[in-house]
Amino acid sequence: MVTAPGTSALMVFVHRRRRGAELFLLVLALAVGVGGYAAVGLGVQGEVPPDIVGYGGWLAALMVAAHVAVRLVAPYADPVLLPVVAALNGLGLAVIHRLDLTEGTDFATQQLTWMTLGVVLFIGTLVVLRDHRVLARFTYTLGLAAIVLLLLPMAPVIGRTINGARIWINVGPFSFQPGEVAKVMLVVAFSGYLVLHRDALALAGRRFLFVDLPRGRDLGPILAMWAISFGILVFQRDLGSSLLFFGLFLILLYVATERPGWIVVGAAMFFAGAFAAYHFFGHVRTRVDTWLHPFEYYRGPLGQNSDQLVEGLFGMAWGGLIGRGFGNGDPGRVPYAESDFIMAAIGEELGLTGVLAVLLMYGVVVERALRTAIISRDNFGKLMATGLGCIFALQLFVVIGGVTRLIPLTGLTTSFLSYGGSSLVASWVIIALLLRISDQARRPAPDLTPPDERAQAEESTQVIKLEKVR
Amino acid sequence: MNKPIRTISVFCMLLFLALMLNATWYQFVKADAYNDRAENRRVKEAAYSSERGAILVGRDPIAESKPVDDKYNFLRTYTSPLLYAPVTGYFSFGASTGIESSQNDVLSGDDPRLFIGSFIDLITNKTPRGGNVELTLDPDAQRAAFDGLRALGDEVEGSVVAIEPSTGKILAMVSLPTFDPNNLATHDDQLRDETYQRLDSDPREPLLNRAIQKRLFPGSTFKVVTAAAALESGKYSGPDARVPGGDSFPLPQSSRSVTNEGRYCPDDTTLRQAMEQSCNTTFAQLAIEVGSEEMLRQAERFGFNSDYLDDLDGQARSVYPTETDQAQLALTGFGQYEVQATPLQMAMVAAGLANKGVVMRPYLVDEVQQADYDAQTTDPEELSRAVSEETADALTEVLVSTVDEGTASPAQIDGVAVAGKTGTAQRGVEGEPPYGWFISYAPARDADVAVAVMIEEAPGQEIAGGRLGGPIAKAVMEAVLQ
Repeated sequence: MVTAPGTSALMVFVHRRRRGAELFLLVLALAVGVGGYAAVGLGVQGEVPPDIVGYGGWLAALMVAAHVAVRLVAPYADPVLLPVVAALNGLGLAVIHRLDLTEGTDFATQQLTWMTLGVVLFIGTLVVLRDHRVLARFTYTLGLAAIVLLLLPMAPVIGRTINGARIWINVGPFSFQPGEVAKVMLVVAFSGYLVLHRDALALAGRRFLFVDLPRGRDLGPILAMWAISFGILVFQRDLGSSLLFFGLFLILLYVATERPGWIVVGAAMFFAGAFAAYHFFGHVRTRVDTWLHPFEYYRGPLGQNSDQLVEGLFGMAWGGLIGRGFGNGDPGRVPYAESDFIMAAIGEELGLTGVLAVLLMYGVVVERALRTAIISRDNFGKLMATGLGCIFALQLFVVIGGVTRLIPLTGLTTSFLSYGGSSLVASWVIIALLLRISDQARRPAPDLTPPDERAQAEESTQVIKLEKVR
Repeated sequence: MNKPIRTISVFCMLLFLALMLNATWYQFVKADAYNDRAENRRVKEAAYSSERGAILVGRDPIAESKPVDDKYNFLRTYTSPLLYAPVTGYFSFGASTGIESSQNDVLSGDDPRLFIGSFIDLITNKTPRGGNVELTLDPDAQRAAFDGLRALGDEVEGSVVAIEPSTGKILAMVSLPTFDPNNLATHDDQLRDETYQRLDSDPREPLLNRAIQKRLFPGSTFKVVTAAAALESGKYSGPDARVPGGDSFPLPQSSRSVTNEGRYCPDDTTLRQAMEQSCNTTFAQLAIEVGSEEMLRQAERFGFNSDYLDDLDGQARSVYPTETDQAQLALTGFGQYEVQATPLQMAMVAAGLANKGVVMRPYLVDEVQQADYDAQTTDPEELSRAVSEETADALTEVLVSTVDEGTASPAQIDGVAVAGKTGTAQRGVEGEPPYGWFISYAPARDADVAVAVMIEEAPGQEIAGGRLGGPIAKAVMEAVLQ
């Protein structure tokens, strides 16, 4: 089925484009988005919203635009990813709209604007970036840019602290979370760096309990990454991002070197850091304590209570198997139900059924990303696809695990569902990158393509080879 | 690099699996436990704002949810609130009592018996609403009992229970002082809290359903149980069996004596005469002759020392002491010492005799109805056989004489044979007025109704079971017989 990287271009399997399938799935995704919007209107106000045509038309236009762009510039791209995330985005909009109706907010309109921007950037990424390997040239630039972005919220004038976390910047009337963009850049930077240094990092050191540990002198990068993550935890009080960045680096390090030893070392460092954080930082200890004993901290003092967690759990329990239905629950009881706790709102009104469906959709996204990684023909693409897929997996686990009391609560957005422009735009760009990689991976071997494309492909291959030799 | 990517895939799959299992844990396995938690205002508010089923007496709702234009959508409204409050209880924010509490599953629509209806509502997208609960109460009997007790004065504390002997249906259940559940169901938080504070701290305990939650010395009405035990023992037979009597009976191993407060009780008398004159000396001696074991067994067959009412929560258990010395045993013979009974229990004693010796399980919920679909009627159930049919017949004859010739005469109804017994129980505290009791059933040979009246306090009145309780019992029986 899949050729190993570096072997000849002989393929036993030729992927079909499947753009028709994508279009069909997009119609289903549109049905989720528009149907959800209509159901919200029916459930909360007792009537189909009067602007359903305009709203549905707008969503449809966005999806058609995205589909046409894929058809034109990435014809071999994975056909499942776009419809799944479109459905998630549509569902998220419906749930946010439902919360708007009872809470008197206007998040859905803003979210639709951000979605539009996200789709524009999605198309832009696909159009501009015809070959993901180009990104490997910007490894250090992107890495540096990511660090600058992460530091921006600490800057005096533009940085803002919201709910204790200093991860926001003000740009004119907008507030933005640069960390969301930084995580994409970091994955690209990690991939570019690890592709070059994988051989050195894979050298075995001391053997301990059947696992080859890395050599001490190679610990530099992981220590640096650990320090950065710990810095985010300490100075920006952002547990979620801290966990996400370190986890991503660890996964990519392991995939690049094929050494489980890195996982051992990384896990040890993680637990050491977590232990230290618990003992030295009040906000971390509060999170752990409210996780362990939520009911003892219920209705406690501001900043030290478990109200959000407990109300979320009450909502989900009340939703039960099939949920209360849109309008029949009371998700507004949960603070930030439209962003971090949107899964609690879904659990309450759409029930366990809805929660499992959403989880499965995310599962499909991660699965398609990792499949892309496996069939990708170049190592940079493999690492990038793995990293981008794992952004979704880790982020989802951290935030939903936190909301459902599987792990301590840390703030992160639920990609595509949660209200939040930075996250939504970044997620659309991630999908564009994944589609680009899968387009490269799934298109027929260079020999079978027309001469102009082949020339391009050969050129790119040479670039990679050169880098590998170096 | 594909091998580690596959490993990572498995790792990601495990993460998702953990999330799914965890969601299932909270939304399915632990859902009920979380819904029932005291902190969970969400469920309380939803219950408070849902359209609950009605509580019906006959076809008339005595409690129903009326649509209102505020954030809770529906207001629980009680018609004739004072009359039915002890039975309906109240439905307040996060708290409820009485039928509102015990039948909550039906009224809120969560009862599995309503599943089909709820399922149809789900499919047809109708807002689910609760089922109705129809009570066994007879509105005329309830009204007669309430008015009769109320007529004794504004400060009266007491209770009336009426039962249909052949089924166990509770026809009337009145308790005074009562309260207005509308003021507890109100959406006005302040009024609700103030009302509750006031009712809860009132020394006259208006929130108490005295019919099932207050047990007192039954006094002379318990002589019926003693007589039943004597007849069942085989040592005595028939209404005119010769029984011991006397003006005074010295308690064994005690310096005290039992007297009859001036009523005529010769040394050698009949069961009929002893009951007519309510001779304490006779029943003290009968209790000793029957023995504590037999007395206990007889009391328990009528329902003492057990719980039997399923339709309301918080029932107080009527007690007959399991261990007594001879003097104490003698005192239990006329309902003193540690014998205590609720009005419902004494109504069951009367109903058991009226139903040829078989005590039926008392119940209040006659029928459970889902709005448009079907109804489920409660089947009467035998609780125990208290006495043989012969004993029941003999005692009925004795009790009819007690009404016709003896102390229970205030309950006489023209043209109907009434069986009855008075009771005026000492509180055990010097200077305090006694409790008044009256139990009766009619028509004596094929009874349609058995009644127990209990008067705990009636300031300004001299409490005597026959004089105060008899007319009330009569009014209730007449209300049912008409």
